[in-house]
Amino acid sequence: MKRSRIRRTLNDFEESARIAGEQLREHKVRSLLTALGVIIGVWAVILIGVGMNGLDTGFRNSLAMLGDDHFYIEKFPWRNVGDDWRKYIRRQNMESYYADEINEIISQTPNTGLVIAVPTIGFRRNMSYEDQTANGIQFTATTSDFSYISTADIAEGRFFTQTEASSGQNVVILGSGVMEALFPDEEIDQILGRRVKISRIKFTVIGVLESQGSFLGLQSFDNQAIVPLPTARKFFIGHRYWNGTSIRVVKQPEIDREEARDEIIGAMRRVRGLEAGEENDFDVNASDAVEDTIGPVKAGIAVAGFIITGLALFVGAIGIMNITFVSVKERTKEIGTRRAIGARRSSILTQFLMEAVSICLLGGLVGLLLAFGSKTILDHYAPNFPASLSFNLMILAVSLSVTTGILSGFIPAWMASRLEPANALRHE
Amino acid sequence: MSESIIQITGVKKIYDLGRAKVHALDGVDLRIYENDYVAIMGPSGSGKSTLMNMLGCLDTPSEGQYYFGGEDVAKMDDDSLADIRNRRIGFVFQSFNLLPRATILRNVELPLVYAGLAKKERAERAQHALEQVGLGDRIEHRPNELSGGQRQRVAIARALVTEPSIILADEPTGNLDSKTGEEIMQLFEGLYEKGNTIILVTHEEYIAQHARRLVRLRDGLIESDTPVKR
Repeated sequence: MKRSRIRRTLNDFEESARIAGEQLREHKVRSLLTALGVIIGVWAVILIGVGMNGLDTGFRNSLAMLGDDHFYIEKFPWRNVGDDWRKYIRRQNMESYYADEINEIISQTPNTGLVIAVPTIGFRRNMSYEDQTANGIQFTATTSDFSYISTADIAEGRFFTQTEASSGQNVVILGSGVMEALFPDEEIDQILGRRVKISRIKFTVIGVLESQGSFLGLQSFDNQAIVPLPTARKFFIGHRYWNGTSIRVVKQPEIDREEARDEIIGAMRRVRGLEAGEENDFDVNASDAVEDTIGPVKAGIAVAGFIITGLALFVGAIGIMNITFVSVKERTKEIGTRRAIGARRSSILTQFLMEAVSICLLGGLVGLLLAFGSKTILDHYAPNFPASLSFNLMILAVSLSVTTGILSGFIPAWMASRLEPANALRHE
Repeated sequence: MSESIIQITGVKKIYDLGRAKVHALDGVDLRIYENDYVAIMGPSGSGKSTLMNMLGCLDTPSEGQYYFGGEDVAKMDDDSLADIRNRRIGFVFQSFNLLPRATILRNVELPLVYAGLAKKERAERAQHALEQVGLGDRIEHRPNELSGGQRQRVAIARALVTEPSIILADEPTGNLDSKTGEEIMQLFEGLYEKGNTIILVTHEEYIAQHARRLVRLRDGLIESDTPVKR
């Protein structure tokens, strides 16, 4: 007879897989109930993974909106200041003319890492066109330089010119959301030149922005509009308004972020006339501040996910260990028979391990299906949430279930393999 | 007589039950030769089952020597014992011990699975063994579709499939009516005539009479070892 060690191992696996399949078919309900913990565990781990991926992608998209090379000089920092707010509120207000002074400094600095400084002031107003209204629109009042730094492209029309801006013309560039609200049935190219009302003052639409999407499908970036700063001062915010004033400074792409930040701080200190040793009375914000605030949120989700998944898999593992013990008990005589006709201990071990693993794999696959289903529902109700079920996540889910199977099946399978053949045969 | 397959000398098996030590076998000497047909008889508690487990390499002696085909079984590790059972011994049990969910063919193939044979060779050999017991046309049936006698034939085919040195049958007719039992004994007779070595454990005198040699056990010792008069 021709025999080989490899062939025997292969045979062991084949036989074990066949028995495991028979057991699953024979005990469908029992197997499914036993797999419940693994089902929930795998389901949870995939959903949490999808959620974290989605948050990540969403944040990255939103940060791109802020601009990778953009800095925002403002009175307040973007982080939560807590009880220190008194210190910040006492700071001098930001003024839009700082931008001119910083541009002056940039032009005088050889080898500068900065490109341009542009003032923006944010405020909210309602808009209307005939009987359509759009409330609480986020306005940005700025100069014509904004066209150089805008992270949103113009879809139709143009930006306002320096002349339009300095002479305080009533011109406006609409975000795509505002356009849809005011002109629900019209094509984008028909809208240019229309006269819309911003708080009862008439403005001419000269451009429409590309759609920017929304943050995690929740908060839209398209409910905005851009007007010239002098026009906004004339009609809406006056000359003393400071809240929402930000000097946007753009660095050259190849310049290091911290280097650029230092240069901006230096320039701004000159503008403010700060002496050496005096503390900055402004903050230079950038998208990395947002990344810092999101870190703990992601960590929180990860920890919660780890606990839920861990608990579910632990409960599942105990269930599977238990059912494997039952299976060993039920089939003690069969173990004896197999041992009598030549099964080695390792064959028996493989057999019962495979049985535990197959239940876990079943659980993993059902969990995967549930996760697919949940994702489909999520896609339906939150189409803008950037959810993606990655291949890595599926691999993770399958390996988690196989590992659970091996860990939970090992003790009963080991005990089955150590049964004395003679005793096992006597078992009825 | 020819070559001895099994040689047991001074074998003792002592079970430690805590309070008392039970001498299930208390110094047994036995030789089994090639193409022997031995019936082992004895009342319950005589050590019959222990001796059978010992002969079948399902258990090892506490004391004494056991040579199987010249190899010292008492010194073997578990895997070697499993291999001896796989290759050299064919078991036939009272309650057939077939796998209920597997087809007849797969049941008979099983020892070859553990022996490490490829699928095609397994199927051929299993088919051949089933033809020897007259069930070559039932290979896709499952055990519960067969009568008791047919099931025991499947079990005998499974014992034959590795072409073992001995067939060890433990009360092979115990679960069968006397007519079917007689048919099974005729099958053993045929196998014996083809040159197989058979050890039969039974408590039925008329079954034992089919063998050529009768070993009687009592209290862990061999009481008699005589040829069967025919």
